[in-house]
Amino acid sequence: MTKFSQPKDLEQYRQTLQKQRDTKKTCISICSGTGCHAYASEKVVSAFEDQLKKQNLTNMVDMKRTGCHGFCEKGPIVVIHPHNYCYVKVKPDDVPEIITQTIQQGKPVNRLLYEDPETGKKIALETDIPFYKNQTRLIFGNNRKIDPKSIDDYITLDGYKALVKTLTKMTPQQVLDEVKKANLRGRGGGGFPTGRKWETTKNASAEPKYVIVNCDEGDPGAYMDRSLMEGNPHSVLEGLIIGAYAIGAHEGFIYVRQEYPLAVENTEHAIKKAEEYGLLGKNILSSGFDFTIKVHRGAGAFVSGESSALMSAIEGRVGEPRPKYIHTAVSGLWNKPTCLNNVETWANVPFIINNSAQWFTSMGTPNSTGTKIFSLVGNVNNTGLVEVPMGITLREIIYKIGGGIPNGKHLKAVQTGGPSGGCIPEKYLDLPVDFDELYNIGSMMGSGGMIVMDEDTCMVDIARYFVNFLSQESCGKCLPCREGLRQMTRILNDITAGKAFEEDLELLEDLSEVVQMSALCALGQSAPNPVLSTIKYFRDEYEAHLRGECPSKVCKALINYTIDSTKCKGCGLCLKSCSVKAISGEKKGIHHIDNERCIKCGNCLESCKFNAVLKTTGKQILVAKR
Amino acid sequence: MANISLTIDGKRINAEDGTTVLQAAQKAGISIPTLCHDDKLEPYGACRFCMVEVEKNSRTKLVASCCYPAEKGLVVRTKTENVDKIRKLLAELLLSISPSGAHVDIAKQYGVVESRFKQTESPESPCSLCGLCVRYCAEVKKKHAVCFVGRGVDRTIALVPGLSDTCSSCRECFNVCDAGKIVYLVDAIQEISCPPLRSSFKHSD
Repeated sequence: MTKFSQPKDLEQYRQTLQKQRDTKKTCISICSGTGCHAYASEKVVSAFEDQLKKQNLTNMVDMKRTGCHGFCEKGPIVVIHPHNYCYVKVKPDDVPEIITQTIQQGKPVNRLLYEDPETGKKIALETDIPFYKNQTRLIFGNNRKIDPKSIDDYITLDGYKALVKTLTKMTPQQVLDEVKKANLRGRGGGGFPTGRKWETTKNASAEPKYVIVNCDEGDPGAYMDRSLMEGNPHSVLEGLIIGAYAIGAHEGFIYVRQEYPLAVENTEHAIKKAEEYGLLGKNILSSGFDFTIKVHRGAGAFVSGESSALMSAIEGRVGEPRPKYIHTAVSGLWNKPTCLNNVETWANVPFIINNSAQWFTSMGTPNSTGTKIFSLVGNVNNTGLVEVPMGITLREIIYKIGGGIPNGKHLKAVQTGGPSGGCIPEKYLDLPVDFDELYNIGSMMGSGGMIVMDEDTCMVDIARYFVNFLSQESCGKCLPCREGLRQMTRILNDITAGKAFEEDLELLEDLSEVVQMSALCALGQSAPNPVLSTIKYFRDEYEAHLRGECPSKVCKALINYTIDSTKCKGCGLCLKSCSVKAISGEKKGIHHIDNERCIKCGNCLESCKFNAVLKTTGKQILVAKR
Repeated sequence: MANISLTIDGKRINAEDGTTVLQAAQKAGISIPTLCHDDKLEPYGACRFCMVEVEKNSRTKLVASCCYPAEKGLVVRTKTENVDKIRKLLAELLLSISPSGAHVDIAKQYGVVESRFKQTESPESPCSLCGLCVRYCAEVKKKHAVCFVGRGVDRTIALVPGLSDTCSSCRECFNVCDAGKIVYLVDAIQEISCPPLRSSFKHSD
């Protein structure tokens, strides 16, 4: 492959690729994102390869390992083009049938199609599945169409078109103005206007200037950035190059966490390919603009996702935040003006340049434009990655796309914004999801984590889990975060253990407020959110714990298992299921649970066929403990 | 250096451009408590005792005065309800780690007699992890012999392995630890060495 030295060379190449593409040829596209990979999609790939070889079909059929399709609940996902049949939960054993039925005869394999749980009907096309149908797949749309290792796939689908437009038809100022007009806000958590950030760096006097992609995604249960970086790395590169051109930077860094090996691999591969094609390096497409990108692998600290800590880490120092009263946009990496944006933010840029700011602002709400990718997880039927226009309601996301709560349970709360987001109660489900609305009710957009919790979730236990997580991830530099979170975890542990009193709850509130006001960086400042929001909306649960009750019967110290003597048939199943021998009783006689020995695992309750095992919570347990 | 004018606690104050709010306040005789600050060292912003309220363009926010640049027209309030609340609670947090140290005076000043928090596992450790010794060794002595190890609540101070000889001849960090009014004995300073490396931290020989 020779370098493209002129924009028209790239355009010609694109046309050749598009002409070569045979849209009628059968193509098996297999999702190879992390979720499907964990479901052994690679074995499905091998099975297809074997079978195609055996039946001499290799030349007639294309195969493609694509990025994450997003419907991770149903992986591995296989889509057969040109019919676009979408098969879910495909196993290697299903492959021969797919080949004979679909590839040779063009008919769908019904048993592998997605079944709509409401109507019981099978749905053949990916686009008709409610999970996909109700989304607006913009940034994430090409993930399922391209092989992340193929720059040609990206170019075929109009990739690097925005870059050509930028370099040939726009001045840096025009690019900046367009992004400002689009009102794009940072997708990484803060929601800061991207254009303004670019402008600050552009106008800063010091040289050189740097641009950085923040792919240090570490929120439990969130993987949007990972899927983009793994599945469509060129879209991020293109956005970064355009941004660098607007800002006047000639060097960029992509900070990818080490725990994302596939993202590291695909990013490095993408950079190499872009260099080979002349889309990175000196004098890109004869525009006179030079730009290079380096990948920096994170070493495993959650706090390194904070911009100043991330920059310290790139400089080779410990990833600890520093006060940012002078913004990193003015004095960042090596004290030079540095523009850092999240993966998804950069990936939005080519779309804005290709389609105009006006088109972009037509999606979303006035103050939160465009779409947002959410990682929908927890107690929801359709776990996966969801891209929707801003302003859509939580209810639409959870019920229309997410398919509601499993096992007919009720929704109790949704936690948005990662570990330091807040828990939103059911009454706000019709709230439009945008940066400001979420902030106003004590949560935040964050990078797009969305954890759905059903009625069996204990909100105090949830707060304890997140604060404990953040306490462990605190760098320990500033006192309120280090010692404050330690004490918050301690108090929450006491509450869930039934060892706390009214004054402990007051102290927890005081401490939360002080940590929020005084911590050095955003990790500490937002860490009390899960506590403050659960106290605000679920205070009754906290108070119940003080009385020795866990209303959701989750906190082990506050629950007991007993056997209802009127229902027990003496079958002995519970006795067998108990790993600590806490259950006694004769065959056909009434059984009994020794609470001193019981470890509250719940096996007995699950094993009993007569509903004779009861889970109780209440004051008596507490009195016994105190 | 150009002079700028700002208001601290209602007083109009002239300060040199490039100074911090803390320096401007101290120069005007307004006291702000600090633990991790030393004039010889770069601002660090870790103890948060020096938090003050600043008002700029009619917007108020809480900032660490040791790091915040003194700006023209800035209105600073060093004693507000929130500021007092922060200092009081931070003193309580430190009291839960150690019953002695510079924070005891701050605690008294803010009327804290006893911490409402439970004591942590090692109450004998008097170190508040202000990092003065680490930063003095790095910034003034340029030796980098003392460092932080561990993250979050596991953070401790340690000697960089192999540098104990460089370290034992100097002892200047004893004084910076004292500078924040932390009245420690020589013995106490040894306590801040990291347990796994304690054998190599030989200040007393």
